[in-house]
Amino acid sequence: MDKRGKKIAGTMLYVPGVLLMVLGIIYLPITASMSLAVAAALGGAAMTAAGLYLNHSHKTKTLTARTVRYVLLSLGAVIMMFPFYWMLSSAFKTSAEMNLFPPSMAPNNWFDYGNFVVAFETAPFARYFMNSVIVVLSSVVITAFTTILGAFAFSRLKFPGKEILFSLLLSMMMVPFEILVITNYQTIVKIGLSDTLYALVLPFISSIFYTYILRNFFSSIPDGLYWSARVDGCTNWRYLWKIMVPIGRPALMTIILLNAMASWNSFMWPLLVIKRDTNRTLPFGLYSFTTEVGANNELLMAASSVVVMPMILLFFLARKQIVNGVARGGIKG
Amino acid sequence: MRVEMKGLTKHFGPTKAVNDFSVALDDGELICLLGPSGCGKSTVLNMLAGILPVTGGQIFFDGEDVTALPPEQRGIGLVFQNYALYPHMTVLGNITFPLEIQNVPKDERIRRATQMAHLMHMEKLLDRKPKQLSGGQQQRVAIARALVKNPRLLLLDEPLSNLDARLRLEMREEIRRIQLKTQVTTIFVTHDQEEAMSISDHIVLMKDGYLQQYDKPQELYNEPDNQFVADFLGNPPINNFPGIAGDGHFIMASGAKFLCPGIQRVPQGRAINLAVRSESFVAQEQAAPQHMAAAVESLYQLGKEEMALLEFGGTSFRAYIAYEIGIKPGQTLHLSLKERGVFFFDAATGDRY
Repeated sequence: MDKRGKKIAGTMLYVPGVLLMVLGIIYLPITASMSLAVAAALGGAAMTAAGLYLNHSHKTKTLTARTVRYVLLSLGAVIMMFPFYWMLSSAFKTSAEMNLFPPSMAPNNWFDYGNFVVAFETAPFARYFMNSVIVVLSSVVITAFTTILGAFAFSRLKFPGKEILFSLLLSMMMVPFEILVITNYQTIVKIGLSDTLYALVLPFISSIFYTYILRNFFSSIPDGLYWSARVDGCTNWRYLWKIMVPIGRPALMTIILLNAMASWNSFMWPLLVIKRDTNRTLPFGLYSFTTEVGANNELLMAASSVVVMPMILLFFLARKQIVNGVARGGIKG
Repeated sequence: MRVEMKGLTKHFGPTKAVNDFSVALDDGELICLLGPSGCGKSTVLNMLAGILPVTGGQIFFDGEDVTALPPEQRGIGLVFQNYALYPHMTVLGNITFPLEIQNVPKDERIRRATQMAHLMHMEKLLDRKPKQLSGGQQQRVAIARALVKNPRLLLLDEPLSNLDARLRLEMREEIRRIQLKTQVTTIFVTHDQEEAMSISDHIVLMKDGYLQQYDKPQELYNEPDNQFVADFLGNPPINNFPGIAGDGHFIMASGAKFLCPGIQRVPQGRAINLAVRSESFVAQEQAAPQHMAAAVESLYQLGKEEMALLEFGGTSFRAYIAYEIGIKPGQTLHLSLKERGVFFFDAATGDRY
């Protein structure tokens, strides 16, 4: 195979691989079917690795070796794609089709969007969607802002206790969210914000981890840039927004995307602080929906398909940044 | 602009980077801050820029005390070794940025940047990003950016170190050309003596945070104030003979001696270094009391002359010998010293007699 061919083949594999991996991660809180999501994530990771290997390896020589590799990878791809195919196809099936045994592989009518209509009439998904968008946008925008300021302070400014303060903040990263939930919950209740959208945003308007990532990026910008600008009369504030933020855009985009994903999929916290139906976000709404529609899996699949869509779109729009971000922040985040 | 430093001192904790540094620089000149790495020359530059606060002493620009003035009020242009261009901006964006900060109207900004680009011979590169430029071109942009706001003083911190040898030669002539054209007082930090010798009006030579000598390049070479200055300048390095001044003679530890003109300046019995430039030896036909009888160790052909590696009184040294003399390794060569390029330095203090 020539180099170009190998590159294309590799790309063909690892793009859906990463897609699957990311979908698996998104999928996780949404479905009750955890094993499927985990399988998708793992399978996606394996495919990604294979794709990357194909892309970079110069050793794929013999035809047999290549054939075996491709057959295995294709098999993996089919297995990994299946849950998503199943979700999507089920969304178009009727209740009767869902209960067939053996199950049918495809719906009778791919254009029958009745399930979507019913799902959206049964539960206020539009409302959930709006809530999710509001929560995600505010938390992402505010977090980006605080992260930029924090990263600037810790990378560029000099102030007493800087090192100690930074170490202290980093040590906070070791505290798992589940422990913070208790104190956060009490705080939110005390200040009277429980069961409001503010409660969903307020605990997430800053992130030590993202600040740490961005600080490292900012620190890699040479001092000369700063002093050239300062000598020309540039203030810290202006330097930050005119020079540092534009240079730090790739890191910032990664942070924003990771944050948006985490925020969109947030499930446990809304479950704790939100009581009213009208304040639910999508993952929580979907969860309640399963109890409300009972065994009507076709409705659930229709709703799930819609809920997953924005993240899939986001993935396609910012594929490169997400791949970088997963690679960079893979340990946590 | 006249730049004057009085007793300038900078300590980093226990490290004394610059010590009691006093020098007055002339207006409109290109001045090199020269010295080995770690001698404090960049520290001096950063204090002039206002990036580093001083520990002690004062800085005057045209007689005005600017020691406490923040960088942006000093009217300086700054160029770094790594160019420090803003990677996300085009060349035009980089050059206009200082004017943008000063709220110069856009037309004016572009007009002045274009004018600058014209001076730097890079009109065609204005739309490029720094990444798309060669090192030399990036350095031109950095200089243009520093000059566009008409600074009173241009500071260059090792601006040529990141360039390859050929480009370095070209850029240093370029910097000289621009400096002569704009007449801006320029201070240029370098550790390359050849660079400093070739382009500067005056050189400030530093060592261990102390000023060694401030002079014209040729004066620095011809009349070094001390041992360090003599050792630092010149290629091949100056030859040093350790010995004692006695009765018109120069006597080495091995007993080798000769009648040395000019040694009368040194008090008798004082331990000194006799420092002789390689071009200050003259080969003589026969032995005489005022001649060094040196053994020829090896020869290097340089075309019009030969570089001889010789030995006298246990010390090896290099000398340029006229080709016609026709010396051979192993023979004894009688050498006299010229008046020029011969110095006596105190062995202990390095001071010149």
